[in-house]
Amino acid sequence: MLDKTGIAKRIAQEVKDGSYVNLGIGIPTLVANYIPQGMNVVLQSENGLLGIGPFPFDGEEDPDLINAGKQTITTIPGSAFFDSALSFGMIRAGKVDLTILGAMEVSENGDIANWKIPGKMVKGMGGAMDLVASAKHIIVAMQHVNKAGESKLLPKCDLPITGLRCVKKIVTELAVLDVLPDGGFKLIERAPGVSVEQIKNATAGKLIIEGDIPEMIL
Amino acid sequence: MNKTVTNATEAIKGINDNMVFAFGGFGLCGIPENSISALVKSGVKGLTCISNNAGVDDFGIGLMLHQRQVKKMISSYVGENAEFERQLLSGELLVDLIPQGTLATRLMAAGYGMPAIFTPAGVGTEVAEGKEVRTFNGKEYLMEYAFDVDFAFVKAWKGDTQGNLIFRKTSRNFNPLVAMAGKITIAEVEELVPAGELDPDHIHIPGIYVHRIFQGVDYEKRIEQRTLTPRA
Repeated sequence: MLDKTGIAKRIAQEVKDGSYVNLGIGIPTLVANYIPQGMNVVLQSENGLLGIGPFPFDGEEDPDLINAGKQTITTIPGSAFFDSALSFGMIRAGKVDLTILGAMEVSENGDIANWKIPGKMVKGMGGAMDLVASAKHIIVAMQHVNKAGESKLLPKCDLPITGLRCVKKIVTELAVLDVLPDGGFKLIERAPGVSVEQIKNATAGKLIIEGDIPEMIL
Repeated sequence: MNKTVTNATEAIKGINDNMVFAFGGFGLCGIPENSISALVKSGVKGLTCISNNAGVDDFGIGLMLHQRQVKKMISSYVGENAEFERQLLSGELLVDLIPQGTLATRLMAAGYGMPAIFTPAGVGTEVAEGKEVRTFNGKEYLMEYAFDVDFAFVKAWKGDTQGNLIFRKTSRNFNPLVAMAGKITIAEVEELVPAGELDPDHIHIPGIYVHRIFQGVDYEKRIEQRTLTPRA
């Protein structure tokens, strides 16, 4: 079974050289730490930056330079700033190659719910609805089951939807799964030490298993 | 055309209860601190405020919420604010949560003289309820209207007496869009210079969108999430 770092490491393997990537808050932010050295990947921050650098050293933080999680950051050679309309313009126009974000639920046809739990304080969708409606490729980092042990990979989302038919790939603590265009979670890899049976038990939506399922290599 | 006023108190002349205001900033980054202070002192109330976020309990728009000046917030994300949550749950405050790109583009549309935009953000969600859906090239889009803003408040890094503005790093965020959207736009700057000192090629927002400009004072520039790389 993977911890959060393991999920981030596995997702980093999906990031292609020469791509523009938007990382959501939480586990997705950690993915940046595992992109191989020498690979040319530009991270987009939807508050208006292409080319996110590492967190600053103490004393070098700049209140005018933050990421979409409001954390202090730095730039890298080749970074560019822009306003929020242009930022979502490049997202909407499909210029950002990959979006990695968290989810509360994903359905077997790729619907995602990640912004609202009825009865709880709603903080808002931020840029999530814009990103999922336009991204060319969306990978979700999430826990396979919730705290009550119920599957979060469902036939249909119960929570309010963030976007329809948009998720292409899911990495959880148990598995890597592709969401097929015709519906269904296709099991691609098992997490180290996890059996196919465990994944079956944790998946409420349609699970497609073809042949031997390899264990992931981290 | 000289747009200069002496300070925030003079800049906000003409504001009234129940108006629609828009504010630049992302979190606490690039917010118009001086104008917000003047608005708090003014006691104006019943406001509809368009702003990506609603500040924190003791800073930014949070200060106006604390004085019960805001009737409705239009934002994309409103965490980090206990007083906001209390007013929302008690029904004192209305909130309209909209996608961040939709918020930005509705402001932009106002500044571009376009009545509406089409965006795929929110299709199939509760955001789409009651909105016109149009299909272009096989994909569905929501029609979203341009905002109608009485007063817009922005913060820039440098500005000149003509109202031309230059923003700094990610404090640009919503500021240029908010500046474009206002019937009256008020810009506060860290450094106000005479016309001619800014390179025309470096200006982010031309002064035609700015009605009043002043040199801001005592910037706090609070950081919400100070995140550091440990020194080796």
